[in-house]
Amino acid sequence: MTTPVAGPDLSNTWLETFRNLRRRLRRWPLSSIVILSVLVVSAVFAPHIAPHDPKFGDLDDRHIPPMLFGGTSDYILGTDGLGRDIFSRIVYGARISVAVVVVALSIGGVIGTLLGVVSGYAGGWVDEVIMRLVDIKFAVPLILIALALAVILGPSFGLLLGLLVFLIWGHFARQVRAEVLVIVTMDYVAAARSCGASPVRIMYRHIFPGVISIVLVVGTLQVGAVVLAEASLSFLGAGVPSSTPAWGAMVAEGRLYIDTAWWVSLIPGVVIGLLVTAVTLLGDWLRDRLDPRLRQIQF
Amino acid sequence: MRFLVRRVIAGIVTLLVVTMLVFGLSRIQGDPRSLLISEDATQAQFDELGRQLGVDQPVFRQYLLYVTNLVQGDLGESILQRKPVVDILWSRIPNSALLAGAAFAFTILVGVPLGVLSAVKRGGLWDQGVRSFAVLGQAMPVFWIALLLIYIFAVGLNWLPASRNTGWSSVILPAITLGWFGASGQVRILRSSMLDVLDSEYVRLARAKGASELVVIWKHAFRNALLGPMTFATLTLASLITGSIVVETVFSWPGLGLLAVQAVSNSDYPILQGVILLTTFVFVFASLLLDVLYMALDPRVRIR
Repeated sequence: MTTPVAGPDLSNTWLETFRNLRRRLRRWPLSSIVILSVLVVSAVFAPHIAPHDPKFGDLDDRHIPPMLFGGTSDYILGTDGLGRDIFSRIVYGARISVAVVVVALSIGGVIGTLLGVVSGYAGGWVDEVIMRLVDIKFAVPLILIALALAVILGPSFGLLLGLLVFLIWGHFARQVRAEVLVIVTMDYVAAARSCGASPVRIMYRHIFPGVISIVLVVGTLQVGAVVLAEASLSFLGAGVPSSTPAWGAMVAEGRLYIDTAWWVSLIPGVVIGLLVTAVTLLGDWLRDRLDPRLRQIQF
Repeated sequence: MRFLVRRVIAGIVTLLVVTMLVFGLSRIQGDPRSLLISEDATQAQFDELGRQLGVDQPVFRQYLLYVTNLVQGDLGESILQRKPVVDILWSRIPNSALLAGAAFAFTILVGVPLGVLSAVKRGGLWDQGVRSFAVLGQAMPVFWIALLLIYIFAVGLNWLPASRNTGWSSVILPAITLGWFGASGQVRILRSSMLDVLDSEYVRLARAKGASELVVIWKHAFRNALLGPMTFATLTLASLITGSIVVETVFSWPGLGLLAVQAVSNSDYPILQGVILLTTFVFVFASLLLDVLYMALDPRVRIR
């Protein structure tokens, strides 16, 4: 290809390149990726991004509205009842959300996947016991148990993680088991078995690779559930201890001033919604991309 | 029939495990008396409670005693109100049932028409709008929707009361909030199952026969598409139960959820465990009913 020299030709190529780029990008859930990257970056570099201290505010600056609603550029999203900068608190709050999602999801995902593979492969009473456990998990009112534990043990980060792990493992176990039930009927599994492979080897080498895509899809779709559950628990006072800024707790703190200072509550809620929407769309995209058969999974 | 028996047994096992959990929670801190009795109780009351709970006996016997009491409808006594927990729960049930019923009505009234509309007008402006509503509805936290509705309809427009049960109009905002999540879920599920059904041969046959569009959509397609949302009804139910705790707190709605949250701040453990047991029972019982209903509606399931 020759490099165009003339002016009009150049702009045309640029336009072409731009169109190409746009066409290529359309295949990616761009808005989700942007939102999630911004979030992770804020979580990692919170001290460099936040303009104010997230925990201490100036009491003279209480309830300043956001910049676009009559506030100042000093506090772009306004301040709360203690004069703390809402933007800085949201930036620091991203740390809690990201940490909670990463840790709870990896532990819950590993436990759920293991149980799902074993349950589907072993069948019989092992399957029965694990699936009854999953049923029980879905029947237990987790928020109430969480509240009870928070009263008895006192709220802590570890407790919160434990509860969230308990919340999500069942989804992994159920979906993975369903997939394994299909995989075990495959000829290559029978072939491996007739070659004398041990059950552990079959599960690890032949079944596990087949469930990776479903684990990814369930995992992405569960991010939203984890974020919402963390927010609800923080809202009810059973989340992280109150000195740490968490989005759900910020909404709770602002709710008494909803009639005079709506931004204290509503802005952190919008951020939660943005994050959940982003991961939901990403999950939908991933599901369609990896395996259209999985379109049934909605939650 | 065998399927049903197995489901009943599984339900009973679930309930038993939850009682163990609740019982275990009350013993985590050691002597349950410190959790159950008020601080100004006399030594005599303390010893009496010990005898009632059988603290001197082995743990297994204690649990057995606990379950025996439960089965006889004895959930203990509230620490703060000094009344049987059962009576307090009974007094809150009407409010919770009203709220859940209204929320469910909202879920159906909004979810069904929007889901069908979205599927019928696939790809159009309506479809886009409805789908955005559904994604947002499931992404926004329940308490945020509650606060937004309060801000718009109670603070801004002053149309509806923001909290407490002060007449029929006060149920509107909590019910919409609580039904929101379920409605958006129903929209998504009904849309995809409607799309499947609309694509099927019997719908094409109905069209070929010359049936009107309304008859095709509501008689041929919709009735068969209902099975999709039915399978997710248990999840909707779970979201109603979980959501009601948050919603009742925000709107100070005097139901079981608010009772539980207040019990937490008052350290009134017997009440809290009462609510936990009751909600679990309701959930297990209702999902059993849903299974039976599902079997009645879809003969294919019965073969399992």
